[in-house]
Amino acid sequence: MKAPVISSWFGRGQGETPPDIESAALRSDRFRLEREGDWKRLEAILVRMEKGGLRRIADDDLIALPALYRTAASSLSVARETSLDAATLAYLEALVQRAWFQVYGPRTGFVRWLRDFLFGGWSRAVRELWLDICIALFVMVAGTVVGWLLVAQDEAWFYRLFPANPGDVRAPGATREQLLKSLEHEEGAAGLAGFAAQLFSNNSGVCILAFALGFCFGIPSLLLLVHNMALLGALLWLFNGQGLVVELAAWLSVHGTTELFGILLSGAAGLHIGRAMAFPGKRPVLDAAALAGRRSAVVMVGVVIMMVVAALLEAFPRQLVEDTGSRFIIGGSLLAFWLAYFILYRPAPRAAEVAA
Amino acid sequence: MNARREDRRARTLLTPEGLALPITLAPRASRAGALIIDVMIIVFSLVAIPLLLALIVDGLFDDSPLARANVDDRVAEFLGILAILFAFFTWYGYFLVQELGPRGATLGKRMVGIRIAARGGARLTPEAVIARNLLRDIEIFYPLITLFVLLVVARNEAPIGILGWVMTGWFLLFLLFPFFNRDSLRAGDIVAGTWVVERPRTKLAKVLSVEGAAKGASDVTGVRYAFGEAELSIYGEKELQTLERMLRESPPEALAAVHETICRKIGWDPGAGDERAFLEAYYAQLRNRLEADLRFGKRKADKFA
Repeated sequence: MKAPVISSWFGRGQGETPPDIESAALRSDRFRLEREGDWKRLEAILVRMEKGGLRRIADDDLIALPALYRTAASSLSVARETSLDAATLAYLEALVQRAWFQVYGPRTGFVRWLRDFLFGGWSRAVRELWLDICIALFVMVAGTVVGWLLVAQDEAWFYRLFPANPGDVRAPGATREQLLKSLEHEEGAAGLAGFAAQLFSNNSGVCILAFALGFCFGIPSLLLLVHNMALLGALLWLFNGQGLVVELAAWLSVHGTTELFGILLSGAAGLHIGRAMAFPGKRPVLDAAALAGRRSAVVMVGVVIMMVVAALLEAFPRQLVEDTGSRFIIGGSLLAFWLAYFILYRPAPRAAEVAA
Repeated sequence: MNARREDRRARTLLTPEGLALPITLAPRASRAGALIIDVMIIVFSLVAIPLLLALIVDGLFDDSPLARANVDDRVAEFLGILAILFAFFTWYGYFLVQELGPRGATLGKRMVGIRIAARGGARLTPEAVIARNLLRDIEIFYPLITLFVLLVVARNEAPIGILGWVMTGWFLLFLLFPFFNRDSLRAGDIVAGTWVVERPRTKLAKVLSVEGAAKGASDVTGVRYAFGEAELSIYGEKELQTLERMLRESPPEALAAVHETICRKIGWDPGAGDERAFLEAYYAQLRNRLEADLRFGKRKADKFA
């Protein structure tokens, strides 16, 4: 390779007129000279497409692109059978490959994809994971129960689950008043927005981790779910001791319905990959993993959006709304919204997606 | 040795037209280099640019309302939120938007001349790009950050136990993952169904048979070289293409050596001074003969065939 990178950044040495076709002594060179113009036109279009999307390309060129691509592809297969000119063959192979990347490249840009995703793609992907979601839900409930039982049997477990935090009153032995106070709202809204941004960053990190750990056959994803839910179970036990479980549930439900749903989905997405790798069925393992990975990636983008919503809820309404009933209404209506969106919202997929 | 390495990275891609295209997997070294460039760009824009802006604002408006001491807490908080969101979207957006673009490569990948593609000639989809980039976090950055935190904890003489080794093992497992499979896939590539290939960049070379002695007489001596059946039946396609490469690239001294070898092989008396014309004529006539055979379905791979 002779320093092609730098030279191609600056001006391109073009403008040479091709030699006369009749002057070529070899038949294969005449073949090449006859088609060279088309190849060069294709190359010029490709360079412009690679540089800056479709807007800078004339309509004529865009319409000609598929035909030019097929011309180049058929030139290549003819040349392979008739020409021994290694340089031309290498050029054609590179040209067809570059054209292939453009003609059969990603069909939609990011913005267009996001729109399709919000209006149908997301809920469809979630429904495709129904089995994994059921398993993850079971594991989460089991984790909560385990957390409760562990702490109920031996209080030492509470400190193991929540490493000692000096300022926190939420520990065994806390009075009813202390616990109730920890559920109250804070003064004003100062500092809450920053708090929300931090929560979002942290929670979506946990979710991405739960998803990515699915790569190890899904086991670590499930463990992560159990651990997180055991914390919840321990907290429930603590507040139950003072008869405050309803208040705690209301306090949690404001953002928890969204956040726990998000964690459920990310755990399920991780599990989906893990399951596909452990039990690939009739497909090769790599294909099965890739199929599952792409499906769960869609769900994960949705989870990040849910985490944004959850963080906003956690920072503002939860801290500002004090009434137990209102908290339940906020949390409950969000849960209803998510369920309706995922289960009832079923727009028909666009024709292009069906073909793909 | 080098050629054998190239061989091991060569794959075939079947287009929907049924055409087999050769592609070359990107070497692991260039992928690592591309990642390092990308991370440097991101870190630079996330750390250096805000820092610079803050310094400029501080310095320029020392007693204006924009000086740090005079900024309202709420404004500072708002800016803090903007910074967190900016960091989040830069981190994920940088890879996503660029790899979904027409080049299928981030800035770092473009610099080293590689791009991503779907394995086995399928269409690259946004889902695949998202999946491979989400996994990058647990492969590299999550363990690195954890290790860094553990390092700080350990410096403060707090016990970290076995966790340090676990994280190191995790980091190494994913870092070395591409060395343990044939296509040098990282975990994200497996989950997304993608691989990383070299971006071809070949320019159309000159036509050799229209110039100099390939067509007629030598410019230097005026001699018209003509080779007979026996002289042209010695070499095959491999030698022809080697000769082609030399005619395109090599200096006159190398051509002289080739000229002498060929003359001895075909039983001519090697002269001096007109090597290029001789080789051009020999190339054109040998290619003419081999291509004529090719049209009748006869291939001669090399001189031993």
